[in-house]
Amino acid sequence: MSALVIRTDIARRNRRVGLAAVLFALAMLGLGYASSPLYRLFCQATGFAGTTRRASVAEASAVSATDRLVKIRFDANIERGMPWQFRPEQTSDTIPMGGRRMAIFLARNFSAKPVTGRASFNVEPEQAGRYFNKVQCFCFTEQTLAPGQEVRMPVVYFVDPKMLDDPDARDIDEITLSYTFHPIADGPIADDRAKALDRAGSGG
Amino acid sequence: MATTADHFEAHDAHDDSGHADHDHDHKPGFFARWFMSTNHKDIGTLYLIFAIFAGIIGGAFSGMMRLELAQPGIQYLGTFARWFGEANPSFDQTLHMWNVLITAHGLIMVFFMVMPAMIGGFGNWFVPLMIGAPDMAFPRMNNISFWLTVAGFCSLITSAFMPGGTGLGAAAGWTVYAPLSTSGSPGPATDFAIFSLHLAGAGSIMGAINFITTIFNMRAPGMTLHKMPLFVWSELVTAFLLLLALPVLAAAITMLITDRNFGTTFFDQAGGGDPVLYQHLFWFFGHPEVYIMILPGFGMISQIVSTFSKKPVFGYLGMAYAMVAIGVVGFVVWAHHMYTTGLSVNTKMYFTAATMVIAVPTGIKIFSWIATMWGGSISFKSPMVWAMGMIFLFTVGGVTGVVLANGGIDDVLHDTYYVVAHFHYVLSMGAVFSLFAGFYYWFPKMSGRMHSEFLAHVHFWLFFVGVNIIFFPQHFLGLQGMPRRYPDYALAYSHWNQVSSEIGYSIMGIGMIVFFLNIGWALAAGKKALGNYWGEGATTLEWTLSSPPPFHQFETLPVIDDKAHH
Repeated sequence: MSALVIRTDIARRNRRVGLAAVLFALAMLGLGYASSPLYRLFCQATGFAGTTRRASVAEASAVSATDRLVKIRFDANIERGMPWQFRPEQTSDTIPMGGRRMAIFLARNFSAKPVTGRASFNVEPEQAGRYFNKVQCFCFTEQTLAPGQEVRMPVVYFVDPKMLDDPDARDIDEITLSYTFHPIADGPIADDRAKALDRAGSGG
Repeated sequence: MATTADHFEAHDAHDDSGHADHDHDHKPGFFARWFMSTNHKDIGTLYLIFAIFAGIIGGAFSGMMRLELAQPGIQYLGTFARWFGEANPSFDQTLHMWNVLITAHGLIMVFFMVMPAMIGGFGNWFVPLMIGAPDMAFPRMNNISFWLTVAGFCSLITSAFMPGGTGLGAAAGWTVYAPLSTSGSPGPATDFAIFSLHLAGAGSIMGAINFITTIFNMRAPGMTLHKMPLFVWSELVTAFLLLLALPVLAAAITMLITDRNFGTTFFDQAGGGDPVLYQHLFWFFGHPEVYIMILPGFGMISQIVSTFSKKPVFGYLGMAYAMVAIGVVGFVVWAHHMYTTGLSVNTKMYFTAATMVIAVPTGIKIFSWIATMWGGSISFKSPMVWAMGMIFLFTVGGVTGVVLANGGIDDVLHDTYYVVAHFHYVLSMGAVFSLFAGFYYWFPKMSGRMHSEFLAHVHFWLFFVGVNIIFFPQHFLGLQGMPRRYPDYALAYSHWNQVSSEIGYSIMGIGMIVFFLNIGWALAAGKKALGNYWGEGATTLEWTLSSPPPFHQFETLPVIDDKAHH
């Protein structure tokens, strides 16, 4: 084999290996982006990091109440600069595990403009997330409040008695359900929050 | 290593007589040689000069931080803020300056000092030489890699003079956590800093592709994977880590850029995102990154310990596959940086156990180096003392690493100076000591001039004593609860801070002056270096060539015979 043949052969093999390496890098780049939706799916599927479950009325009816009691504490927050007042009607409730219950949250818009908000949610301890089921929640949709309007917003929920079979979660006798309202679209807010609002408006 | 210099002497003589004179006539002119270079040795030299330059700047930033930390209270930050163009800094802007310093120090040392020196510098210079290749597989891409790194550095330096929210400069830390780096840092400074990571990352990915292709395809006949010197193995594993980890960082910081500027909410709770996702992505890159910074050092230490013990490395295959194992396991331990983000007990248990598993292959390496020295005919030349210093101090950092690997202990020590001490023991001593070991090992090979062994030893002792006085007391500070990333501290912490700054940093700084004197002395008055100036123990292919090697080497490929046939 002449030197020239060897050289072109090496160049060809170099291109092949180089190309494979580029594909590797692109695949990892894609995986990086895919992580965002994958992470959300993972949290929803496993209740990771206190992500709660959503249940239909039929599913809720299939669960029967037990005599084990669990205390639910309610926590309400608003994002900095949002012109709302937001609080739970009662700070806690003690319910039988498996029993469906309604909690009421109160929100009031004290600005002179209509403001739309969306609530993010979480439960503590995080191990309880996968057993905390919401049948109906104001956090499923956006909420718009007219100037000065006050609303009572319901959450219908139950705690799945399967929690009693989970060695990591069966000791839990107190669960905190927390909401944070984030403003959406333009409201009467300080200039430095405007960017965050735009972001919230166009985000998922 | 099964390769020995004896087998190549014939080829070497042929190479020199056949090509050396011819090659010297064909060096391109200054601009074409250094700015449009496609020669792996010249690009390696450029990388090393760049890394030294960046190291001076990053080191100066650390000096500014130690100066401020020498006493409790805020003394110098206002002056520093004025240097960077803040005419009349407010107190908040003064504190912002601190965050700029820690951010710049971290980014510069990681991306523009250690990585360019380990991979771009020594990797470019010696991977082709050690496998008997004429050059890298893609010489022009090699050049692009280097200049992208330089462009990234320029972008980072530019960021220091741009508005960054409270004051001038990017101040989100080297980890660039959201939401501090998104809604918390308005102004272009943080965009420039993030973009510098894009550029440096793109350069490193191209470098990784180049190394993988070179090592897989360009080995001389007979140089099988299992005969490759361990330094080449280390660069191969590092290249794979780069290839798998850096694109994930690129994705994460691109999401940061779009969150900052284009209204996405990947890491913003208000739009359904999650800031913790950024931490997962960052550390999925960030943990392999720490092995990217140390593995080439492991490779160099293996060559050096073997050379100066005049023995082959103990357990060659074990050493090679220990690096592979470290690389693989390094990808599944990232959340040990995130123990305090609210991980569940089971998750913490997994990451604690997985992290501790890494101590096994690392232990194999440490003990194999010691076993290599055991019974060897050791000569305490400067590369060897640096290598032994590295082995000792890296082990200290490794031990505190095993402490921090425990999720429960980390809850207490997270973000304290104990962590700062730990990662400076493995990086500023592990990685930097191996860089200096490699530098003294190969500097005469690269420059053709011998350095002063006396000055190299003085440099070693000053640096060794200095960095230990800087960082060892930081274990105490951390255990006492001093948090990292603050320019001020409670009076109770002042003693060890003063020791660290005034005694430790000064001694280390004098050591660095000796280093630069030594380079200057070698270039001006150093003796001409022989082809194999370390003698008997130096058995890899680069020692078969002249010092410096001819501009083009191995045009006729050397043939590596199997030792078993002799």
